[in-house]
Amino acid sequence: MAQQLDTTFSALADPTRRAILARLVQGEASVQELAEPFAMSQPAISKHLRVLERAGLISRGRDAQRRPCRLEAQPLAEANEWLERYRECWEQNFQRLDALLEELKAQDGRGKAVKTRQKRRTHARR
Amino acid sequence: MLTKETGKLKIGESGDRALVMTREFNAPRKLLFDAWTKPELVKRWLAGPDGWTMTVCEIDLQVGGSYRYEWTHEKGNRMGMGGVYREIVPNELLTATEKFDESWYPGGAIVTTAFREGGGVTTVETTVTYDSKEARDGVLRSPMESGVALGYDRLEKLLAENFA
Repeated sequence: MAQQLDTTFSALADPTRRAILARLVQGEASVQELAEPFAMSQPAISKHLRVLERAGLISRGRDAQRRPCRLEAQPLAEANEWLERYRECWEQNFQRLDALLEELKAQDGRGKAVKTRQKRRTHARR
Repeated sequence: MLTKETGKLKIGESGDRALVMTREFNAPRKLLFDAWTKPELVKRWLAGPDGWTMTVCEIDLQVGGSYRYEWTHEKGNRMGMGGVYREIVPNELLTATEKFDESWYPGGAIVTTAFREGGGVTTVETTVTYDSKEARDGVLRSPMESGVALGYDRLEKLLAENFA
């Protein structure tokens, strides 16, 4: 599982591979069809597809001629769930921190106001 | 980069071992630095998910000095972690090691927190670099449900949100 998630993140780190996945959301496609929107050779696209396939993000059909690619949702769901959990925990912390900072700013403001008043008094006495 | 953004918090991966978390705060960075390094303030916000309270927070703020955090759940569970400060630039930067008592993952991590201020807003960027390849994922508290198939609708939304 650990390695799986790591592989997923690595595979997603490339913009071409993300674009391929976005295209596959619409349905399965051949290498040729996937290569069309990119200024890339089919071998270059095939290389990306192998990375995606190893990460389990896509699967290839058995049809020897066409070998259509299709999206496998599970690893992406896991990667997203991981981030979601992490995010929720930190967002809760940071909301508390926001409130604390407001409190500290108010205290700071009051502190400064007191100092200013003291200064004024000192000046007045002179 | 896979980025999850809701509200102001952004989380993404960086390289194959690190996570980067960015959040903006409406306060000067001196206050943020205080909130990160003064135990009485840290305890107020670094409580974790619902049900948890920070019960121990000890900070020896100097290079080579250590820190120790402990949390207790209302049902009695406890969790602890700590580490050693490696770099301290007041109001700007903190680097420390991080290790959990009951490590769900091998090794530890290095956490770097940078505080940048502009126009009264402070951006805090936290980079957690785990020791090993397995570790970033090992932080998982509970095993993920297997066999959860995502609907393609949700996936499409996900791709649009994360990779647009």
